[in-house]
Amino acid sequence: MDFIERTLAVFPALLGATPVVLQLALGAMALALSLGLLIALARISSFRVLRGIAVVYLEVMRGTPLLVQLVYIFFVLPSIGINIEPVLAGILGLGLNYAAYLSEVFRSAILSVESGQGEAALSLGYTPTKALWRIVLPQSFVVALGPIGNYFIAVVKDTALTSVIAVTEILKTANILNSQTFQTTEIYTAAALLYLIISLPLSRIVVLLERKARTRG
Amino acid sequence: MVDNIVIEVKDLHKTFVSEVKPSWWGRLRGHKKEITRVEVLKGVNLTVARGATVAIIGSSGSGKSTLLRCMNKLETLDGGRIFVNGHLIGYEERDGELVAEKASITAKKRTDLGMVFQHFNLFANKTALGNVMAPLRDVKKLSTQAAQDIAIPNLEKVGLGDKLHNYPSKLSGGQKQRVAIARALAMSPSVMLFDEPTSALDPELVGEVLAVIQQIALAGTTMVIVTHEMQFARDIADEIVVMDQGKIVEQGPPDVIFLNPQHAKTKALLSRSGMNPPA
Ligand SMILES: Nc1ncnc2c1ncn2[C@@H]1O[C@H](COP(=O)(O)OP(=O)(O)O)[C@@H](O)[C@H]1O
Ligand SMILES: [Mg+2]
Repeated sequence: MDFIERTLAVFPALLGATPVVLQLALGAMALALSLGLLIALARISSFRVLRGIAVVYLEVMRGTPLLVQLVYIFFVLPSIGINIEPVLAGILGLGLNYAAYLSEVFRSAILSVESGQGEAALSLGYTPTKALWRIVLPQSFVVALGPIGNYFIAVVKDTALTSVIAVTEILKTANILNSQTFQTTEIYTAAALLYLIISLPLSRIVVLLERKARTRG
Repeated sequence: MVDNIVIEVKDLHKTFVSEVKPSWWGRLRGHKKEITRVEVLKGVNLTVARGATVAIIGSSGSGKSTLLRCMNKLETLDGGRIFVNGHLIGYEERDGELVAEKASITAKKRTDLGMVFQHFNLFANKTALGNVMAPLRDVKKLSTQAAQDIAIPNLEKVGLGDKLHNYPSKLSGGQKQRVAIARALAMSPSVMLFDEPTSALDPELVGEVLAVIQQIALAGTTMVIVTHEMQFARDIADEIVVMDQGKIVEQGPPDVIFLNPQHAKTKALLSRSGMNPPA
């Protein structure tokens, strides 16, 4: 069982890269959640211009590859004098991209709350803004929890793309190890396993959150 | 403004406009935007006196809900004015022109009106108690304790003292509607608006809700109620208003309307609901 032993031996070297992966995933998700909510609100707003901006953003982000977006931020922006260090560029690229998808999650979650509840709130003296934040959004978040969890798992895996913009995350570390030792099979097997080890518990948490959200109310 | 008048509706007009836009492809082929206009209210005048119970009856589509929704500015008006406790609602008057007022000002004026909807519209993520407490805290800015001290007696008043912690999904339709009534009442509005409060209920649950409404009316609460329950309207109302095709066609005390209806629509409405006046 040499192979298993050699594979396990690679782990310590790769483990050093997991904090960066978590930093990328959490940072990107925080950005994606807040921006995604803003875009969703813009899309359902009564201001035409805001709706237009939101739709353009959505189409551009969904219509171009994430990999290209990352490359663009890291390699093209410097040519106009904007230099962003790799991890931050990774967070930005992933976050801006996922914001588009999360905005769709939020939009449908907001629309899933029956409009009658909003009207009831208005009739009780809530302003439209307050009705949105106190009555509608708390319910939308519960609805959105499952999809948000799934996107979080996806972003963890997509952090691997930042290896092309010089972030020393798991894949990049594996590439470096491979060029030194040529234990290609062991190294990439270990890398794949490591991603699995990170995402499996997350999937379980998502399932639990969803179940909890459903039993409430 | 006379202060024994709670609601004054003056020459109210409302038209719903819906647009169907062609796709870009349709546009290329010369299709035009389709605009449909439905004139739903055609000059409605109505005064609700303090302490009065006004029942609005009329066939479906006659504009009853729209009239009620205009009263607390859930709809924009296309003409006319509505005053609540003497204040123009939804607009301010500048040089004789109506200009939409700030949302926060409309919100404040709406606390004068409690509204009960056909489909209850309870906050699904809150218990019965939570539903009644939410506006007391969020709108009236009361402390949790103070909100609870108002909410619980109001829920007891509608007979739900033992269901405080049930979520809407664990309540029957009749119970949901009673929570909705308690929620509106707890804000101590000057007038309660009911839009067909029992139409979405199973027949056996109608009675419990009507009993609660009757009890509120007897306590002297000003109310406007849209209903298809003719006998109920006759029992509790001081005034019956009959609507047809966006207009009030007849109005008066229940005995006059039910015993001696003048308008053909009223006669038809009464005979359809088995309330034929003596021949
Ligand atoms: N939001 C809306 N858009 C377009 N038409 C509407 C809208 N709401 C109501 N209507 C129309 O207005 C008319 C009156 O509706 P409504 O006030 O609900 O009548 P009622 O409550 O007496 O049954 C109906 O013909 C209805 O189809
Ligand atoms: Mg109606």
